[in-house]
Amino acid sequence: MAVLNNKKYFDRSLWFLLFLLLIPGLNLWGPDQGLFSISSFQVSLWGKYLTYAILAMSLNLLWGYTGLLCLCQSLFFALGGYAMGMYLMLMIGERGAYKSVLPDFMVFLGYQELPLHWRPFYSFWFASGAVLWVPGLVALIFGYLAFRSRIKGVYFSILTQALTYAVCLLFFRNDFTFGGNNGFTDFKEVLGYGINDSSTIRLLFIATVILLAITYIVSSILLSSKFGKIQQAIRDSENRVRFSGYSTTSYKLVVLVLSAMIAGAAGALYVPQVGVINPSLMEAAKSLEVVVWVAVGGRGTKWGPVIGAILVNLLKSYTTQSFPDYWLIIMGLMFVLVVLMMPDGLVGLFNKILEKKKRKIKKI
Amino acid sequence: MKTTIFYFSHYYSGLKTSFSGYFRLLTLCGLMYFWVATAVAQDRNARFLFSEITLAGKEHQSTLIDEISNLGDPIIAKLYNSWKKGEIYQIEQEGEIKVIRLREDQKWILVKTGKPVALSNQEKASLEKRRPSRSVRKLFQRIIDSLGLKSPNPAVRIESAMKMGKSQKGAFISILEKALKVETENNVKESLKEAIAISQLANGDESQKIDAVNELFLFKSVASRGFLKKLLEKSEENSELSLAIGRALEEIDQHAKRIAFFGSFFRGFSTGSVLLIVSFGLAITFGLMGIINMAHGEFVAIGGYVTFLIQSMFISTFGLNSNVFGWYWVVSLPLSFIIAAGIGWLIEKSIIRFLYHRPLESLLCTWGLSMVMQQGFRLIFGAANVPINNPPWLMGNLSFGDFTMSYTRLTVIGIAILVVVLTALLLLKTHLGLHIRAVMQNRNMSSSLGISVARVNSMTFALGCGLAGLGGCALSQIGNVGALMGQQYIVDSFMVVVIGSVGNLVGAGFSALGIGLVDQLLQPALGPVMGKITVFFVIILFLQWRPGGLFPTRSRSLED
Repeated sequence: MAVLNNKKYFDRSLWFLLFLLLIPGLNLWGPDQGLFSISSFQVSLWGKYLTYAILAMSLNLLWGYTGLLCLCQSLFFALGGYAMGMYLMLMIGERGAYKSVLPDFMVFLGYQELPLHWRPFYSFWFASGAVLWVPGLVALIFGYLAFRSRIKGVYFSILTQALTYAVCLLFFRNDFTFGGNNGFTDFKEVLGYGINDSSTIRLLFIATVILLAITYIVSSILLSSKFGKIQQAIRDSENRVRFSGYSTTSYKLVVLVLSAMIAGAAGALYVPQVGVINPSLMEAAKSLEVVVWVAVGGRGTKWGPVIGAILVNLLKSYTTQSFPDYWLIIMGLMFVLVVLMMPDGLVGLFNKILEKKKRKIKKI
Repeated sequence: MKTTIFYFSHYYSGLKTSFSGYFRLLTLCGLMYFWVATAVAQDRNARFLFSEITLAGKEHQSTLIDEISNLGDPIIAKLYNSWKKGEIYQIEQEGEIKVIRLREDQKWILVKTGKPVALSNQEKASLEKRRPSRSVRKLFQRIIDSLGLKSPNPAVRIESAMKMGKSQKGAFISILEKALKVETENNVKESLKEAIAISQLANGDESQKIDAVNELFLFKSVASRGFLKKLLEKSEENSELSLAIGRALEEIDQHAKRIAFFGSFFRGFSTGSVLLIVSFGLAITFGLMGIINMAHGEFVAIGGYVTFLIQSMFISTFGLNSNVFGWYWVVSLPLSFIIAAGIGWLIEKSIIRFLYHRPLESLLCTWGLSMVMQQGFRLIFGAANVPINNPPWLMGNLSFGDFTMSYTRLTVIGIAILVVVLTALLLLKTHLGLHIRAVMQNRNMSSSLGISVARVNSMTFALGCGLAGLGGCALSQIGNVGALMGQQYIVDSFMVVVIGSVGNLVGAGFSALGIGLVDQLLQPALGPVMGKITVFFVIILFLQWRPGGLFPTRSRSLED
């Protein structure tokens, strides 16, 4: 616990999170406050953005600090989401369209009873555990096989993309017992609270902020520890680290599993706030979208991914409403330009400008 | 199987050859059939006879119908349908009774010649509608059903025979037998016999049925499987008939399994060739230059769209039915290569050249590019797939018994071989190829030896993109052309490159065929999705065994 007492990990930027808490606060204050009123819809929308921010941070841990461009982050996110979604589906109980204990899609597909692997998900705590260990286990197995045969760099990216693709195909199937194409939706309650109550929405938002804080603190601790130093050394020159006697495989594996778990937890908070989960969430393109967030914000910076995730998604909401045909083009161009012009993203750009000013002051 | 495959070839050849066809048949028929006295020097073609039938009295009609039934001209079906719908009229003009037809475009056509006629308003008022009588309808329906048997195209005759056999109508047996007597081609004869046997299963007596079953056993007739099973259920257990059926079914099932196996083998080979064409371009950019081109699939789409544009140009200048139309594909093959290569060259000059030595960034950048291009295609050509018509000479199949290979897939295999040969020649026999290999081995050393590395880079990238475009042109003949057409293949082709060892074209060739074959051989057993997933896990396990792929490059240098 000595580490936690060290003030270094709770830097000033964490105050930013308190600022975020204004959102549910204003929502609680009431709907008729003019400019300051925030509807429940907006609270859950911002909640969604924050889960994206956590997802981006989990990728940053891999790509920004370890040099592993992992293209199955959306897969981990969706796996966590599915685990939580299973709990939420079971909590619908007999209020579904078919008035059956079974989830609607199972009735529709002619299931007589709940499949065995669904049963433990009546327990919220089991589901919350699964949110972490399912993506973690997938990452562990895949990472072990991939790192053991020293697949790295671009090959790692391609294989992770293929993994996402394969699992995505699997989830699109109806007989995979996860709702096929349509996934899960129409949730009613979580832990006994109505899922559409404004108080539940506020609590979910606060939970997301807390998870964001935890993610931030955990990655700060990790990065400033000896582990984090080796992690960054692997990014810069893996062979030299290996020649110095470190088992880079296990270091990379730990980071991969950790980041998968964070992504899974973010997915679990995403599902109740958005109210739907389906296999399109784990398409390979989604993973690359996460990469855009991190790249735009600034890879390898602490807050870059958060800023990138929020800004890009605000832009996306705006463009998909006003110019739906041009969103993909804007995103694509953003990608090309960020990679070519500002490899360190917005945060990098900001730092450069700061530096220039400092130099100018020195010259004078 | 046979019935569906020949549909298109029937459509095209029917248009072209019907005219000369019925002259030949006419002379044949003329010797065998009774000439109606009223006909003098008239060319007794289908139009003339039809015109006569509508005017003739009952006693003449049946002889005339008998005569028309031997012509096998597709126009009969069209005329008869209009007669049924009440579009055939009779009118007296210039002292002659004429039969005219109201076409869909509201023009009046003289049935005898097929040429338009002008009608005054007064004449229009005196039109008299003709309708076929009940007995005529019955006779005509049979003609229409057996029309295909008289077609000059053997494929159409086979299709028609099998259709009649499968309908198991007793009335057809005599028609089929008649056709069998005059038939000259062996494979059509066999189909006729097969059709008669299938028909007998429902219509013959016990011994005829047994004969039919034995015949089907000899033919290994896959088409009859369902009918045999039905008959087996109805027949008594352990009777001579049911034993014969059991024997035949066993043989037919085995035969069907063999065909299915060869079918998936062939499909695997052609899927592999498609993968090969697509991944060869990828292997060049990825392997030789270290550039991950995520937009590679979109260059495939460019090839597809170029084919579409050229096709549209051919349709608007020459028309869909002209003989020249089929050549559009031959023209678009080189053009799709050139245009895709040109666009690739521009992109290399503007974006890619800043990204050498930064493979991860090149991956992201080209992915952004692929989004832009995809959406660009959607904005220009619409979100739906664009229609591509196969050239007439690519339709139809090469068949060995029941095992058929479509010409389109064979051509794709041919193009794949061509691509391999040309690329090999380019890399091994030309100056550019020498430079490409030199730059690939050691960038700095070749630069200091006077090779313009920048130029070689752009040429190589353009070559890779051009091959993708060529792949798109080939793919347009067996798949859809749309904004996402390349995406389907891109994950697979990355796998091909990884398995075949990066930078090794021989490896890419082997692994493309391997992945295509495994994929198609697994599909019948596991279904398309599970097949794909299994292939993926097999690849992961394969990389455990050989991390460097099939043909790893041996090198003493370390990447960083």
